[in-house]
Amino acid sequence: MRDYLSLLFIAGLAFLLFIIAGELDFGNAPMRVGQGINQAAPGQVGAANIVTSVVLAYRALDTLGELAILFAAATAGGLVLGRPRPDAPRDPDAGFILRTAADLLFPLLLLVGLFVIVHGHLTPGGGFQGGVILAAAFFVPLLARPGTRFRHTGFAVVEGLAGAAFIVTGLLGLIYGGDFLQPLLGPGAMGSLLSAGTLPLLYMAVGLKVGAELAGLIARLAEFEAVEP
Amino acid sequence: MSAPDMGVTLFIAAFGLVGIGVLGIVTATHLVRIVLSIVLLETGANLLLMLSGYRGGAAAPIIVNGVLPDAMVDPVPQALVLTAIVIGVAVQAFMMTLVLRVYRAYRTLDIRELRTCIERDLAREAGIPLPTSEDAPLTPLVNEPGVGGGGP
Amino acid sequence: MTVGTEFLDWVVLLATVIMLAGAVAVLLLKDYLAAVAATSVVSLGASLLFVILRAPDVALTEAAVGAGLSGVIMALSLRRLGLWRIRGSGAADSSAPDERTGDAD
Repeated sequence: MRDYLSLLFIAGLAFLLFIIAGELDFGNAPMRVGQGINQAAPGQVGAANIVTSVVLAYRALDTLGELAILFAAATAGGLVLGRPRPDAPRDPDAGFILRTAADLLFPLLLLVGLFVIVHGHLTPGGGFQGGVILAAAFFVPLLARPGTRFRHTGFAVVEGLAGAAFIVTGLLGLIYGGDFLQPLLGPGAMGSLLSAGTLPLLYMAVGLKVGAELAGLIARLAEFEAVEP
Repeated sequence: MSAPDMGVTLFIAAFGLVGIGVLGIVTATHLVRIVLSIVLLETGANLLLMLSGYRGGAAAPIIVNGVLPDAMVDPVPQALVLTAIVIGVAVQAFMMTLVLRVYRAYRTLDIRELRTCIERDLAREAGIPLPTSEDAPLTPLVNEPGVGGGGP
Repeated sequence: MTVGTEFLDWVVLLATVIMLAGAVAVLLLKDYLAAVAATSVVSLGASLLFVILRAPDVALTEAAVGAGLSGVIMALSLRRLGLWRIRGSGAADSSAPDERTGDAD
């Protein structure tokens, strides 16, 4: 009975949403702010990827908020899961194919992740995508050999320093540019690697922070014992 | 026969995902299925947000070889959805840690059994007896949600 | 654009059908590992739609996060919860199908 009522509720909700969607004009976005950003961003910020200039220059405060949310989620997850016992029995190592593939994939994933982070202001990509790939790079060997001790302190140090670097760059923008997280060092030559001022540095900090955070959180998930002895 | 217009199909996709996600949250009885339904809801909401920035016939907001396209789609919803997707995965990871702790404490993931166990533990901690009624006397670890008199 | 809008309409329709079928499968499948795989299918369909909506950044993020990291997190948690069932696999690797309680700890 509850299922049928739920279906009725969903049908009513969908009907209301479709009435609203009928009024929306798909394909003709108003773009009041977007139009201005599209015209001003290549000259002002100098990044070839306009979405990067929105994420790190025009709406950089939202990115700082997102880093704070990620930090809160990862810290809370670590607190909830707790520390594993030192003598807890571990899963056996995976087969030969998986171990060899993990050893081969680790440098490749590291390289691809760093490439995506560093070229974030030129091509689609950036700190978040590259950070996720870096987290996967550190986690795949842990999947193949579950017994390896994951050094949480090193990752925590990297995460803290990367987050601090982001905020320090923002404060330097406040001191020298007048606004918090103002891009410094000028636009530069569009399309070259050293363009868009401090944006590549900010994305590097974001990428390292996201990668270290997610790798640490998943490692804690992997070490958790769901059955108390 | 021609396919329906792209806008209609995209709106159906976004609202369909949101609807199926909400349906899953309301009707599911296993915690993992509730978490997966929340993931579907987030994906649907992100898709809906992206639809608001599309302009027909425009190019992606990336400048290739120094050539500025004459019309580009709105970059602001794309930046917001980028943020939302990464926040979504962080929240998913946190939800799964909560599910793991619940499993370690209660050894069950059915929300009906969990409701009874948690009510019993809370009543025991607070030192008050569980409310019972003469029509449905309290039996150990019942499965019906009516017992316990908790109400809505 | 060299691709006609007619073709794009069909691609969007195909991606929508796959996504909605995967979403319904998440609700109806009994096996939780299959439900996680269906969630990854929904994320990949959404990533395809983001490419068609001229958003390559968002498509890259959705593919990496939804199909990659989210699936890994869910599958790892399922293994810890003992809901990892591989039908018919008696192989001598660590993912034994007869674990009922947590993991091999």
